[in-house]
Amino acid sequence: MKTESVLEKVFKSGKLVVTSECGPPRGALPEKVKEKALLLKGYVDGINVTDNQTAMVRMSSLAACIIIKQMGLNPILQMVSRDRNRLAMQSDIIGAYAFGINTMLCLSGDHIHFGDHPMATNVFDLDSIQSIQMVKKMRDEGKFQGGKDIANPPKMFIGAAANPFADPFELRVARLAKKIKAGVDFIQTQCIYNLDKFETWMKGVCDRGLDKKVYILPGITPMKSVGMAKYMKNRVPGMDVPDEVIKRMAGVPKNKAIEEGTKIAVESIQRLKEVQGVAGFHIMAIEWEEKVPEIVERAGLLPRPEV
Amino acid sequence: MITAERKPMEEILDFIKPYNSILLVGCNECVTVCAAGGRKEVGILSSSLKMAFMKEGRTLEVKELTLERQCDPEYVEELANQIDQVDAVLSMACGCGVQEVAQRYPEKMVFPALNTKFMGASESQGVWSERCRGCGDCLLGITGGICPVARCSKRIMNGPCGGSTNGKCEISPDVDCAWYLIWERLKAQGLEDKYEDIIEAKDWRPSWHGGPRTIIREDLSE
Repeated sequence: MKTESVLEKVFKSGKLVVTSECGPPRGALPEKVKEKALLLKGYVDGINVTDNQTAMVRMSSLAACIIIKQMGLNPILQMVSRDRNRLAMQSDIIGAYAFGINTMLCLSGDHIHFGDHPMATNVFDLDSIQSIQMVKKMRDEGKFQGGKDIANPPKMFIGAAANPFADPFELRVARLAKKIKAGVDFIQTQCIYNLDKFETWMKGVCDRGLDKKVYILPGITPMKSVGMAKYMKNRVPGMDVPDEVIKRMAGVPKNKAIEEGTKIAVESIQRLKEVQGVAGFHIMAIEWEEKVPEIVERAGLLPRPEV
Repeated sequence: MITAERKPMEEILDFIKPYNSILLVGCNECVTVCAAGGRKEVGILSSSLKMAFMKEGRTLEVKELTLERQCDPEYVEELANQIDQVDAVLSMACGCGVQEVAQRYPEKMVFPALNTKFMGASESQGVWSERCRGCGDCLLGITGGICPVARCSKRIMNGPCGGSTNGKCEISPDVDCAWYLIWERLKAQGLEDKYEDIIEAKDWRPSWHGGPRTIIREDLSE
């Protein structure tokens, strides 16, 4: 074992891993964090805590992770390189580890253009691949990115994102290979609605034997309405929502939309369970955390293993 | 070249409101090519300023002069015999030229008439795009001749990110994805394998993060 991470232990046990996420509140509301995390207790193995997602200021991922850790749950520290240079990132990683947080996700982050501070400066001292390298070096060599020794180096289990649907598609397996080369341990993907295309990507991943080198968790996001489905298709960069999914959501009365969206999510999980290289699921119910337990249960992912 | 755009008229007028005479100084280099601050633009701005003053019942005296290179002390010296005859200087050069004039004539107010934008190239008639950020450690030899520092919105050294769609950047369908372009170039050159070489964390010291930069060529300096 590289770390004390529960996620690593569940992966090693060979069981399907389930993660979900919490978006911290836009204000000093610790109770809100606890409330959201509590909804997930017993249903997931790790809880991603987003880092100023969509470039909007929120409670820091680190602070919310500490709150969740102190509840006895397993937070996953998301860290974007948009807002912090390598000094700030490393000090937060040490800080997180000092509180027992041992699992993180290295991201570049949505561009500032999308958020409510478009006038701010972007940092991007590192990209996500270079962030992975940095965290691995801290863990395995006990050294800062700058080369000096760390006293009690943070042992982080390292995650990253992958979007099988971004362009150019032919590069998507190669980019994953680069993240693996950099030292990533697990991958959480963009929300999967186009299962055929995901399976094509996974086949490319397996053909290169990459599924043996990294744990891959496809992202599952239940749709609430046909409006949400259309928004995701048309407005979210790098999202692939096939017309059949839109049709399914449009084909039910409004009061059945939530059930239909949940069904699609559950069916997706059931189909993807059979795909070689799938090591579990990352269920992102955006601002809808209370939906996660039902999906986990209906998808047959309970009980979560004790490790 | 360095590209620039003229500031809004109101802002320029705000600068020169307190004065009755100005020296309006253009530059014959980059800003002439990007049609922002050459002889022609000096003439146009001069007329507009005089008219704006006239509307207020005032008269503005404008001396027009376009230097060969405003970022070069040798040419800036040409202003010496006229500088005392005006209240202030309005420069139509890039920020380098404005500062060169300000440094040579410390008692005189020197105002910028342009916003300096970027180092870029002409894409088509009247269209310029950013190409270089002057990072001081050129990557173009390993990125297919396309710069991720200047042309990727997230300065990603190992792209493309998950927001790349149909060859365009997540921030706008009008912005090319630099990494899409890089990949197309690598393919055209048969260098697909190169893509998987990780570009390590960049040393930003040779760039603007290392503080203001100077080049000293001992073979040329006195």
